[in-house]
Amino acid sequence: MIEMVLPAGAAVALESPSRSRRLSRLRTGDALFRALARAAALAVLAVLAGVILALVAGALPALTTFRLDFLTSQRWNPVTEQFGALAPIYGTLVTSLIAMVIAVPVGLLIAMFLTELCPLWLRRPIGIAVELLAGIPSIIYGIWGLFVFAPFLQRTLQPALIQLFGHVPGLNALFAGPPYGIGMLTAGLILAVMVLPFVTSISRDVFEAVPPVLKEAAYGLGCTTWEVVRNVVVPYARVGIIGGIMLGLGRALGETMAVTFVIGNAHRISGSILAPGTTISATIANEFTEAVGDLYTSSLIALGLILFVITFIVLAVARYLLLRLERRIGG
Amino acid sequence: MDLYAARRRRNRIAQGLSVGATLFGLGWLVLILAVLLWEGLSGLSLAVFTQMTPPPGSAGGLLNPIMGSLILTGLAVLIGTPLGILAGTHMAEYGRYDRLTSVIRFINDILLSAPSIVVGLFIYEVMVAPMGHFSALAGAVALAVIVVPVVVRTTEDMLVLVPKELREAAAALGTPRAVVIIRIAYRAARAGMLTGVLLAVARISGETAPLLFTSLNNQFWSLDLNAPMASLPAVIFQFALSPYADWQKLAWTGALIITFAVLALSIVARTLAAPRKSS
Repeated sequence: MIEMVLPAGAAVALESPSRSRRLSRLRTGDALFRALARAAALAVLAVLAGVILALVAGALPALTTFRLDFLTSQRWNPVTEQFGALAPIYGTLVTSLIAMVIAVPVGLLIAMFLTELCPLWLRRPIGIAVELLAGIPSIIYGIWGLFVFAPFLQRTLQPALIQLFGHVPGLNALFAGPPYGIGMLTAGLILAVMVLPFVTSISRDVFEAVPPVLKEAAYGLGCTTWEVVRNVVVPYARVGIIGGIMLGLGRALGETMAVTFVIGNAHRISGSILAPGTTISATIANEFTEAVGDLYTSSLIALGLILFVITFIVLAVARYLLLRLERRIGG
Repeated sequence: MDLYAARRRRNRIAQGLSVGATLFGLGWLVLILAVLLWEGLSGLSLAVFTQMTPPPGSAGGLLNPIMGSLILTGLAVLIGTPLGILAGTHMAEYGRYDRLTSVIRFINDILLSAPSIVVGLFIYEVMVAPMGHFSALAGAVALAVIVVPVVVRTTEDMLVLVPKELREAAAALGTPRAVVIIRIAYRAARAGMLTGVLLAVARISGETAPLLFTSLNNQFWSLDLNAPMASLPAVIFQFALSPYADWQKLAWTGALIITFAVLALSIVARTLAAPRKSS
């Protein structure tokens, strides 16, 4: 092994030719592997740059034609080639909001159950079961939502909501119209179930990261389980919970197939959450292959660009918050 | 004593809600799987695996979409895995303390949860539009773009866990760095890296959105990578939204096959990863 510490030239002089050849082959192999790994790492950056560039290039015709109107108009007419993104943006935000309003409290309560109440031997199976919800492909949620969930809502929840809020001033606009079954509420509910595992598993992880000393001290003072969770665990894990919520929100905003099945694909803004609507991703999925004309295609790609920008910001905030938390726990 | 009773009552309500929320979450899983089994099992027969997708009104199977899904998924893993492993290797081995690595990690985490339909649009712009037609290859590349971040993440995480003494011992014997990584670090991290690949397969085998405008769909048997290819998710999408009862029936059967394949994959991946976690 002496040759390893000698300079390269000396090594060649000392050894037989075959040995030095093998050494130099190892050396080139080493450099090659290193270069390959570096190139692959840079390729990850290139993919992101490629996505942004491709979307901007594709969206350019629509954006230069409609300018800011694209963001503020809700007209969507392929025949006259008038396109505005307001209705899909509105639908995306409303369905995601419904999803988060339901998934966040439920997810936090499940996390509380898993960390504070559940017997130890049950924790792993229940945790895995909840995570399996995240493993079910979104198209399954879609087909299930269309054939099972939407008819069920049409018969039960939606008439009840109309009955209950139909005569309350202010709220009646929110639940106006006939119970279609499909619509923004249905899409929001399905999104809630899809987002639930993300909120739950991150909340559980940050709840578990709370130092036991803090919890034990609170229990020692005679706090109830609820008081410990509310006053000790949640404040300590706040940043992580928000990170988890943002991550779930990123999922909800970009979710395509499940929403496409149950949203109804109607390009209009309605005050009622029972009405059919559309989201950015559902519009693209429904219309892209049938889009004729460059302006139509370009408008759909511009929608994709808007979606990507929104989710990028949400996910970046989520990652930043979770990263900060990781550093605090690690350091 | 009143305050005490009120606190206990509030605690009991919160605990009840917490148990209720858990049952609610589990209820969805049971409900979805039960409906899938109920609707899908009755259509499950040998014909599903041996016959092509039928025109409306006649009997048929799902052979071409099943084959298409296998090809697309396999190709995507073949493209995405080496790229992901190499990138993860760079981040964990060569550039662990670089600034660039933390930037890449941040970007990778965002790609990990980026909307998959945007990936479809991206591949449409860079592959389908220039080539002038939809192709299975474009679909496989779109899926590979989804595979890469998953594999990068798990590879990096697993390589970081490999004790540095192992690498030092190998380096002290005069082993070149590339050989240390391939023969020592990869071997130590093998189970975790395999888990990452399995999770990636589970993730893409149900993906529909990126395939809609890349590999499109195909009513017929085709192994041509340069032509549109059928895939299970795309066929489910088309058949479920059709007005024909026998197409809807096949969609349910396809949904059953996909779901149980995906769930089986993720359970296998988890059990592979489990012993590492507890040790």
